[in-house]
Amino acid sequence: METYLGEKQQASQWSPYINNGGSCLAVAGEDFAVIASDTRMSLGYSIKTRYSTKYLKITEKCSIVSSGMQADIFTLHKVLKSRAQIYEQKHGKPMSTDAVAKLVSRLLYYRRFFPYYTFNIVAGIDDEGVGCVFSYDAIGTLERVKYSASGSGSSLIEPVLDNQVALKNRNDIKKEDYKLTKENAIDLVKDAITSAGERDIYTGDFVEISIIDINGTHEDKFELRFD
Amino acid sequence: MQKGGFNFDLYQRNVELIEKNNYKVPKTTKTGTTIVGVVFSDGVVLGADTRATSGPIVADPNCEKIHKISDYIWCAGAGTAADTENTTGMISLQLELLSLSTGRSPRVRTALTLLKNFLFRYHGYISAALVLGGVDFTGPHLHMIHPHGSTSTLPYISMGSGSLAAMAVLETGYNSKMGEEDAKSLVHQAILSGILNDLGSGGNVDLCVIKHKSMEFFRNVDTTNSKRKFRKKLPYMFKSGSTKILEKEIEEKMRKMEIVNEKENAIEELEEL
Repeated sequence: METYLGEKQQASQWSPYINNGGSCLAVAGEDFAVIASDTRMSLGYSIKTRYSTKYLKITEKCSIVSSGMQADIFTLHKVLKSRAQIYEQKHGKPMSTDAVAKLVSRLLYYRRFFPYYTFNIVAGIDDEGVGCVFSYDAIGTLERVKYSASGSGSSLIEPVLDNQVALKNRNDIKKEDYKLTKENAIDLVKDAITSAGERDIYTGDFVEISIIDINGTHEDKFELRFD
Repeated sequence: MQKGGFNFDLYQRNVELIEKNNYKVPKTTKTGTTIVGVVFSDGVVLGADTRATSGPIVADPNCEKIHKISDYIWCAGAGTAADTENTTGMISLQLELLSLSTGRSPRVRTALTLLKNFLFRYHGYISAALVLGGVDFTGPHLHMIHPHGSTSTLPYISMGSGSLAAMAVLETGYNSKMGEEDAKSLVHQAILSGILNDLGSGGNVDLCVIKHKSMEFFRNVDTTNSKRKFRKKLPYMFKSGSTKILEKEIEEKMRKMEIVNEKENAIEELEEL
């Protein structure tokens, strides 16, 4: 069936996937990592709930945030939590962050032909005590990075992190002279996700932010716009 | 001037552009929107949110959606921003010329007819959904106009993506014997409901109260939802040179002033003026 503009309209096919919106980000420092996600769950132009968690603490040294389809986020987190628990009980110690990162990648690739509609970021402290962030695509491509953003607000957040964490397109500060302190990183993460909440309609309500360092994980929550 | 009926002059050109020239139909800025109108004992109250969206992005967090058609006839618009602005602007122009040539003050039903005839000619392709309200010498009037050109006359109306959220409030709170304060409060609550529950609406609440020979526009009457809740203490500092300087040219701005004529009592003379 053709419309006047010449577009061909096909009978709309049922899709198993929906996007519940939301933004996630994580930044790694020298000896800490900051990870955050908003809590708004949307469908179309409606808000389904203002508080639906996208964050999971896997070990004291490692957490994950995911954006995309809430059903798949819930299931992936459920599977991940139980796999981490099984490992801990079998080996007598919690999973290292590198092991968690690889496990997430394998779990995602296991579903290569019916993927989890999730865009994940894992962050934490590695075995040497250095902060790390791992970013993934929907089928488990793994890359260790210094910072990452995912979700509906990712295109608003990523350029800010490029400029402020990686110092891209800046000739005023040299990388060698620059050190990202924990307070600055927390403020930057809060600022970036607040800015995403201003301009992205799917990001808002509350943010769960978590700071991971050698002493463990400190979880916090703050408000965004409700409109 | 268009004589009447449908105008499909550009249909063939559009089809060719898309098929042969790989033309990408541009994305329009829609206003998402919650707009509301309520009739009360002495007049009408119009309300609107202030968010304009371009897909999932907020293009303008504080735009004006209540447009002036004439002094005491105003129109709130939902749909494509360019369409609502240009349509209301054009009809406002036509109404002024008409009122000058007839020597009479404009009527709401005239604006209604001009708007509906214009939109019907374009078969719904001008995506303007309007809430037209005003007080003329025949009394207060409130109408809703759909993009295809159909109209309804009702005591309370809501349109836009947030219309369901707003209508829920209107249906609960409306009564035919409302006074000005009750009507303003009801419209305010209806718009707030749209702002909070609809993702296409947001920002501040705008109100417009029209009574006989009186119009009050309350721009941004409620800004509690649009305040940024967190701002980092240290500002973003970019020293000079952080963007590479390719060329430098310094122009003198201050020109030397020449004293041509000096008057003794010049300052007193100026003060007397």
